[in-house]
Amino acid sequence: MTSPDEGPMDLRFTPDQEAFRAEARAWLSAHAPAAGSLPSLDTPDGFEAHRAWEQTMSADRWSVVSWPEEYGGRGVGILEWLIFEEEYWRIQAPTRVSQNGIFLLAPTMFEFGTDEQKARFLPPMASGEEIWCQGWSEPDAGSDLAGIRSRAERAPGDDGWLLTGQKTWASRGAYAEWCFGLFRTDPEAERHRGLTYFLLATDSPGVTVRPVPQIDGEPGFAEIFFEDVFVPDSQVLGDVGQGWSVAMATAGSERGLSLRSPARYTEAASRLVSLYAEHLDRVPNRAARSADAVAQAWMDAEAYRLNTYWTACRVLAGGTVGPEASANKIHWSETDLAIYRAALGLLGPEAELTGVGGAAGNPWLDGFLFALAGPIYAGTNEIQRNVVAERLLGLPRG
Amino acid sequence: MRFAFTEQQTQFRDAVRQVLDKECTPDDLRDAFNAPVARSRRWATLAEMGVAGLTVPEAHGGLGLRLLDLAPLLEEAGRAALPEPLIETTALAAPLLAAFPSDRVTGWLEAMAGGQITAAVAPIDGRSWMAAPTLGGSVVAAADGADLFILATAPDPDGRRSELHALPVADVTVTPVASLDPTRRLGTVGWEPSPTTLIASGDEAQSTLADLANRAAVATAAELLGLADRMITMAATYAKDRNQFGKPIGGFQAVKHLLAGAQVKLEFARPAVYAAAWSLGDPELAGSPQGARSASLAKAYASDAATEAARVSLQVHGAIGYTWECDLHLYLKRAWALAESWGSAADHRRRILSSLVHEVRPTQG
Repeated sequence: MTSPDEGPMDLRFTPDQEAFRAEARAWLSAHAPAAGSLPSLDTPDGFEAHRAWEQTMSADRWSVVSWPEEYGGRGVGILEWLIFEEEYWRIQAPTRVSQNGIFLLAPTMFEFGTDEQKARFLPPMASGEEIWCQGWSEPDAGSDLAGIRSRAERAPGDDGWLLTGQKTWASRGAYAEWCFGLFRTDPEAERHRGLTYFLLATDSPGVTVRPVPQIDGEPGFAEIFFEDVFVPDSQVLGDVGQGWSVAMATAGSERGLSLRSPARYTEAASRLVSLYAEHLDRVPNRAARSADAVAQAWMDAEAYRLNTYWTACRVLAGGTVGPEASANKIHWSETDLAIYRAALGLLGPEAELTGVGGAAGNPWLDGFLFALAGPIYAGTNEIQRNVVAERLLGLPRG
Repeated sequence: MRFAFTEQQTQFRDAVRQVLDKECTPDDLRDAFNAPVARSRRWATLAEMGVAGLTVPEAHGGLGLRLLDLAPLLEEAGRAALPEPLIETTALAAPLLAAFPSDRVTGWLEAMAGGQITAAVAPIDGRSWMAAPTLGGSVVAAADGADLFILATAPDPDGRRSELHALPVADVTVTPVASLDPTRRLGTVGWEPSPTTLIASGDEAQSTLADLANRAAVATAAELLGLADRMITMAATYAKDRNQFGKPIGGFQAVKHLLAGAQVKLEFARPAVYAAAWSLGDPELAGSPQGARSASLAKAYASDAATEAARVSLQVHGAIGYTWECDLHLYLKRAWALAESWGSAADHRRRILSSLVHEVRPTQG
């Protein structure tokens, strides 16, 4: 494979990369459930159906292609991961029920985890046997995440910690087996200091999970209550008191790219173009009014794709992502909304129907509801704009 | 895949930035506003560096490089609001002429590489959005003071298609037209086509005009990136220095979010422009619908990014930004002009959508 830091610019994929794409495409078309055929992953049946799909992928090493082989991956690079994602979204394969683990926790664990932790946690994460949720937000710590109050104190036996407090908005929390999150281990320390990164089983004594129905009525996230929950020292990720830097360290590297790969948007945008073309015949006036929004949404997705490959090549050449990850988050969340808003504009009075054209669902409406959360989670876009202004443009904090 | 500039391309960009930081200051721009000329001492410096003749074949004294190599330099030209016609001469006229070599053309190419002549380019393509390269159908940028004119005839009602001609200034009549940015050197061009001025006709002229439109969109987009960057940087610097309510205004979220929004648009316009510059140099993509969409994406994104940067930087400067004394307007005016040149953002969105629809349903679009 050509090293990314040699030779002139070339946006074509190498023959090896094309071969990888062909292999992924062939496997996915032979194995992936038909688009939209699984029940919602926020229902008990749907959750298990999505877990079974993760197990199918994992059996043939397609669930975590960029991980090292010893943990169930194929050891491919970030460009190949992006290619895999393009094929995954092209065929409209199921939403990844394991995404909190494989995309958010795993990069942190690769950087800070002990060998024992990696051996214990990564293989069942790759196979879907253990699904993770994240415990970041609290009732009084959302955008101001450093305001975390849930605490951990040394356990009487001095072999671990006792966790107390409440986490909220934990995606997949209703059904997940494991949770990762930040807890305050030093109540005296200032805000960002004195936090520690813990890994814990949600069936531990003292854990209470209360599912919270989302805007679509399904329990997509949960509140999690902790009452003297024992967590052994072996389940601390990184150093005690370093939880904030552990959690943030990978936010700016590959994780800045891996949360939302561009294929999700480029595929949705090309379906949007088809929807527009159909409406040109059916309701030409409405289509004409939507034309600019449709074109802009397609462009936003394409610009995101190009920016991702640009950034990936910079990372491969030894560069970092840094605060650009915040610009990225603003862009993909707004792109997602732009796509579905344009679609609903084309559908007009049909937009509110939960079943369109005799079908059981309205994927455009579902997509819109999902997209609405984008500017809120993973740090609101207002917080991200602060980061862009302060760290990319050097404006004063505060 | 390797989506990055080479070290050589980056070094060339840095060298051009250094020169323009010294030779294209806001004071120099004010001089150019007062007395716009096509060829200045600065243009001679750029010619010596190989910038003016970057796309002229090596056999005729140039560097024989491509739009992809020129794009980062155009970005620097935009950052400095370079008044000289780097787009018209180096991005457009030189590669176009190099494709139709004759004794006459060869002489012009050598003079371009040497910095002795500059060009104005005004294709009239009756089919589409690019009919008006500047403000009106017959107003041509960089015309007042140009030495060489690349012009196209309008297609006939009876179906005869455009021809492409090249004329020296002696064979045309230029009537200056005033612009908000006097360095645009706008003019209308009176001329008569003749067999001796003909460069291309028929299919060859059509494909050359289509290629020219795409190259112009991408080259203009590259300058807009630099302009946007300059305006955002000026506003961010001002927001750090200007105090109100006892602290720098850049500490207020309302100000931060204005600038952050503009910065995000710029960050995402950049790779779109670089990818388009690469696409137009790729033999398979250059003449394809995909290549045209790539050029349109670049121009639409860069136009919107620069327009937003202009709006926001003026707002952040407040009243001082609205004065003649503040340097900001030197950059605002160029950004506004270029955002509408060679197809506006809305024009390019329309072109992209009709191309995409045509692929889904060949009977439409």
